[in-house]
Amino acid sequence: MQMPVPDAAVLAKTAQVVARLEAALPGAVISDPVELRAYECDALTAYRCPPLAAVLPRTTAEVAAAMRICSEEGVPVVPRGAGTSLAGGSLPTADSVILGLARMTRVLEVDYADRVIRLETGRTNLSVTGAVEEAGFFYAPDPSSQLACAIAGNIAMNSGGAHCLKYGVTTNNLLGLTMVTMEGEVVEIGGPWMDAPGLDLLGVICGSEGQLGVVTEAWLRILPKPEGARPVLIGFDSSETAGACVSAIIRAGLLPVAIEFMDRPCIEATEAFSGAGYPMCEALLIVEVEGSPAEIDAQLARIGAIARSFDPVELREAADADEAARIWMGRKSAFGAMGQMGDYICLDGTIPVSELPMVLRRIGELAAARGLKVANVFHAGDGNMHPLIIFDANAPGQLEEAEALGAEILTLCVEAGGCLTGEHGVGVEKRDLMAVQYGEADLEAQMAVKDVFDPHWLLNPAKVFPLGASERRRQGGQPPVAVGDSPRDI
Amino acid sequence: MREIGSEEELAELLAGRNAPLSVGGGFTRGMTGEGERLSAAGLTGIRLYEPGALTLVAGAGTPLAEVEAALAAEGQRLAFEPMDHRGLLGTSGQPTIGGVVAGNVSGPRRVVAGAARDFCLGVRFVDGRGHVVKNGGRVMKNVTGYDLVKLMAGSRGRLGVITEVSLKVLPVPETEVTLAGEGGVPVLAAALGSPFEVTGAAVSGGRTLIRLEGLAESVAYRQGALAARLGGDWEVLEGEASAALWRGVRDVAPFHGKEGAVWRVAVRPGRAPELLEALGEEAVVDWGGGLVWLLVGGDGRAEEVRAAVERLGGHATLVRRGGVPAGVPALQPEPAGVARLTGGLTRAFDPRGIFAGAG
Repeated sequence: MQMPVPDAAVLAKTAQVVARLEAALPGAVISDPVELRAYECDALTAYRCPPLAAVLPRTTAEVAAAMRICSEEGVPVVPRGAGTSLAGGSLPTADSVILGLARMTRVLEVDYADRVIRLETGRTNLSVTGAVEEAGFFYAPDPSSQLACAIAGNIAMNSGGAHCLKYGVTTNNLLGLTMVTMEGEVVEIGGPWMDAPGLDLLGVICGSEGQLGVVTEAWLRILPKPEGARPVLIGFDSSETAGACVSAIIRAGLLPVAIEFMDRPCIEATEAFSGAGYPMCEALLIVEVEGSPAEIDAQLARIGAIARSFDPVELREAADADEAARIWMGRKSAFGAMGQMGDYICLDGTIPVSELPMVLRRIGELAAARGLKVANVFHAGDGNMHPLIIFDANAPGQLEEAEALGAEILTLCVEAGGCLTGEHGVGVEKRDLMAVQYGEADLEAQMAVKDVFDPHWLLNPAKVFPLGASERRRQGGQPPVAVGDSPRDI
Repeated sequence: MREIGSEEELAELLAGRNAPLSVGGGFTRGMTGEGERLSAAGLTGIRLYEPGALTLVAGAGTPLAEVEAALAAEGQRLAFEPMDHRGLLGTSGQPTIGGVVAGNVSGPRRVVAGAARDFCLGVRFVDGRGHVVKNGGRVMKNVTGYDLVKLMAGSRGRLGVITEVSLKVLPVPETEVTLAGEGGVPVLAAALGSPFEVTGAAVSGGRTLIRLEGLAESVAYRQGALAARLGGDWEVLEGEASAALWRGVRDVAPFHGKEGAVWRVAVRPGRAPELLEALGEEAVVDWGGGLVWLLVGGDGRAEEVRAAVERLGGHATLVRRGGVPAGVPALQPEPAGVARLTGGLTRAFDPRGIFAGAG
């Protein structure tokens, strides 16, 4: 992977930049090289680079002050929520300042009648629900990392989750925000009402991977909690049949809150790890529905009837909360189970649901050709796949081999009518594959948006767009170079 | 009126254009501006429809009626319930799917299901430089690059001409019922805050209306549970009687055939009663209070409407000018910081101001 050469002029004035930041934000600046190691990477741990400094502001005004200084000094800023990005969205460069929102976690307003909450975006995803659940409400988007990930990062990446078939992703649950531009201007967009009067800036800021501004506060939609939820587990002897069953459930007009899919390698790994009692079969679906007990019974009866017409090897309804938890246990521990098998790369491509059998077959062939193992666990209702490529990071060349397989699988997703990333974001990880999905004019149009928000390309500049495509726009404009002997040393 | 038959032809036209254009599909929604009229209605046809994947791709000029008929044949629909502006504006012609997206046109179900922009998965458009751009795709989860789909949805033609849209569709529920009673916005808030999955919450013709949809056994249960929770007397309307009520709310039928300016005010739902009281005009309330339609005679009271919205939070769009003076903009003026960004985007996508009259 390549990153831009750090700007020597910026590195040379490190002391001056740090001094200015410390003067403006006393007690909020980290510049000690040992402490800075904590900010050298996010959850894409294969790539690391300590920043020039890290700033942890307490207020929007402090964010604005820090941004103004960095803007004046020409220092790139890399925003960071909780640092859980799997795509390297918060990976710093040596000449950048990390702007972390970890100290901005307050709930500012809750209005149950209007079903909205306003909060500071350093707050974790799960603790949004925590703030409103006593009144019977919840915040719907539920990325797997929800215990740790921050709303700031959710907005930057337009995060999804297991339940978006019914509730949508972050962009569908975001009503307004307070954003600080690279120049330090504070802008309010949207609010506790619906839709934009003019251009939908909220819609383009959400998912812009921290490249348009630093979002410090947000208005989120909260929803009344359903009376209950219950999953059913359905096992099949082929992935094709499981895929057809998913389509049939959707076609029948049923709208489960979640349809999760696991293939045999994934079932085996999770079973060994968690002992959830899954049947050993080629494909397993977990379908969850919501409502009152009677409504759940009615929905599950219909889903059961559809599933039986596909001759499942197992159909297990949860009779009580305990059994429901056991059904979910394996799925929820899937990533941990994979971690036990070795190092892994988690992909995030999305495909049209109808292409599921073909794509699963081709993934198997591509993996076999490179001698690697791939386990599939994903949100089947919306086609968001999470192939996990298992490899050994200590074996020379395996990371490169696994990354090459990842690129092939994501290219396959695009060719099947899908996309490179459904919920993790592009970051640095998929930056160089963007040309697979988008032509030059498509990327130009996106970069033109960044030109408006951040004319000097100082905000998270080396992400999302292939370095060659963004080269002219990035400050300094040096051509990209390969850095270090191994990808771990940038 | 000029007509274009293909995206390539449109790109060529726009690349060499220096004078303003007024681009539309069916020209039924009153969104188009000054300049020579250009019809995109020729960019027609459903290009892909996969009921099992809940996705439909169509040329922007495809009549909305054609899209809705194709969906109905498979028991599906556009869940955001786009309104038909013809009755309110006295326009004629065929509304197109491109117009629905360009205007982010949604109806009563928007309060729960989301707006047109939330169901728009992908777009192709030609910007003011004549560049053909695609963004998004036909899958439900897609965070690959910036979401220009949202930027185009609701842009009212200000950034470019949409040529193709890709939409998420949903099944038509087997049953719908409406509870009709009293109580206004506070009762709507209680209903929307309940776990009973309300899909419509309006006050129209003096009646408080709450819609439930879904499987028959589920609707029957929720109807009873909701009425018990809210208290009061509720008349239950089923099937076509219920559907007709919501078409009326969607299209603001109570204002049809009446003179005056029509304001469409998005407001913080709980503040809707204050807005209604402050202005004292004839109103239809939707989205649990989040959307207030006002019929205002005389000079349309533009300053008072906008001042009230400014104070309460939200935005007011002038949908039908009535007696409002020509200089008053249709859209709520934006704060300086937002206007700077919006201006920058329009200059980037339309540097020669071809679409400057739009909106």
